[in-house]
Amino acid sequence: MPVRDAGTARVWQRRERAQQLAIWACYLLAGMTFVLCWNLVSEKTIWAFVWDAHNQAGDLAARMVPPRWDYMEQLWWPIWDTLNIATLGTFMALVFAVPVAFFAARNTTPSRFLLRPIALFFIVSSRSINSLIWALMLVANLGPGVLAGIIAIGLRSIGFCAKLLYEAIEEIDEGQVEAIRATGASGPQVLAYGVLPQIMPAFAGITVFRWDINIRESTVLGLVGAGGIGLQLNASITNLAWTQVSLILLVIIATVVVSEWISAKIRHAII
Amino acid sequence: MLRLEKLEKRYRTGDLALKSVDLEVPDGQIMALIGPSGAGKSTLIRCINRLVEPTGGKVSLSGLELTGLGAGQLRRARRRMGMIFQEYALVERLTVMENVLSGRLGYVGFWRSYFRKFPQSDVDEAFRLLGRVGLDHMVDKRADELSGGQRQRVGICRALAQDPELLLVDEPTASLDPKTSRQIMRLVCELCKERGLSAIINIHDVMLAQMFAERIVGLKLGEIVYDGPPDGLTADVLTEIYGEEDWEATIRKVEDEGEEDGEALDAALKHDHQAAILDRDRMAGNT
Repeated sequence: MPVRDAGTARVWQRRERAQQLAIWACYLLAGMTFVLCWNLVSEKTIWAFVWDAHNQAGDLAARMVPPRWDYMEQLWWPIWDTLNIATLGTFMALVFAVPVAFFAARNTTPSRFLLRPIALFFIVSSRSINSLIWALMLVANLGPGVLAGIIAIGLRSIGFCAKLLYEAIEEIDEGQVEAIRATGASGPQVLAYGVLPQIMPAFAGITVFRWDINIRESTVLGLVGAGGIGLQLNASITNLAWTQVSLILLVIIATVVVSEWISAKIRHAII
Repeated sequence: MLRLEKLEKRYRTGDLALKSVDLEVPDGQIMALIGPSGAGKSTLIRCINRLVEPTGGKVSLSGLELTGLGAGQLRRARRRMGMIFQEYALVERLTVMENVLSGRLGYVGFWRSYFRKFPQSDVDEAFRLLGRVGLDHMVDKRADELSGGQRQRVGICRALAQDPELLLVDEPTASLDPKTSRQIMRLVCELCKERGLSAIINIHDVMLAQMFAERIVGLKLGEIVYDGPPDGLTADVLTEIYGEEDWEATIRKVEDEGEEDGEALDAALKHDHQAAILDRDRMAGNT
């Protein structure tokens, strides 16, 4: 009881004494863990390198400027590939994510004990593996190229889109669904009239958001041979062609800024 | 004729929401169902079209037993029962027209409804209904742009678009201001009379129930404790339904209402039951 009789007045405290002491002990423990970890990291670090880092960084930066602008003509195709990987990957993800989301949402799943756990498992496994790792495995299977990149992006995005979508489905107003059901509508009609209009804004938002993320992710897929501008980045780094690297980084930044702008516009238009 | 026999609903939590309810609603009768929150009014109404599955007893509509119908037959049976909801339950992001036409979903195939290719006769009927409730200029508005009263009128149109023989009305005025509440109740009752529909109206506003219904059923803890004419609602009866409270104000308020509207409700109350209804309607500006 935080309230305690102290003779004349009743004293109120936020917590009981034991509880308060336990909280302080937790803070102390957290502080000690931090010090311990710092110590471990410090022992494994070669500090000579770290103290030299600013020189190295300055050196690298100096070698990166000016960017080799004429290299740009070799970048148009890879950047186009990158955009296609992101867009087609997102599209592929949506085709699978929509049914998976309907199976996973508690209020629309056809079977709570069989299909729902399966759908949730799909979502978790797709989300837990990074697209770079998907790409590594797919390049080994399908060979290098854009196709592996598209599928890698798609596989990673299914879980993301399906998770956000099924959460949106679970949050809909059941009253509207009930009203449609009461008219004598069939199951698919209840989905089309009662559920779909309610999740459309979420659906559009999720799509654009994931497309935006995928553009950023697809820029690095080339590092493992899955097509796009990452291939050039990898080649330039291994050749120590730093002026090309800086140009590629600029191009990536420009692409992301543009995609960010487009997705913001689309989101505004829809919601 | 709607008939409930020993209707019972026990929720999975173990709560017995309806205890063996027997009720008959003849064709064309407007019946108000009153009772405190948690009395089982919503459950009763939802057990009729089986949005809530009853756990015992029978419901039959014009001889067709609704309990025990398969999924497909139930959908066909639901077309004959229009439902109007407390929070309107319009699909917010669809237009007024789409909402009204959704009343026709039970009659139209999936793809036709998906691509909004409803038969012209359905569209004509929707326009007629919207005209009747004074919303034909708002056909293309989205439902979330409307005011409460307008939304409820769209809800009424949706229910009537089903071409039902029974209206199940669940707290139609709970989210509305007093004036709009009266207008909505009047509209529901007028439309029922025009089309010869029977209606069960859940309502917790006793005054409104007395004003508009021909028959009042009081529900308490899942049991019917009153079934009779509106003017039979004495202080004792209200105490029986809702519990101990000073009811004189509530009862007198109804009379005041009549005087304000320039009609003598007292006189109406002295007439026989049927005449009382007509006078009440006139009092409510129904004529």
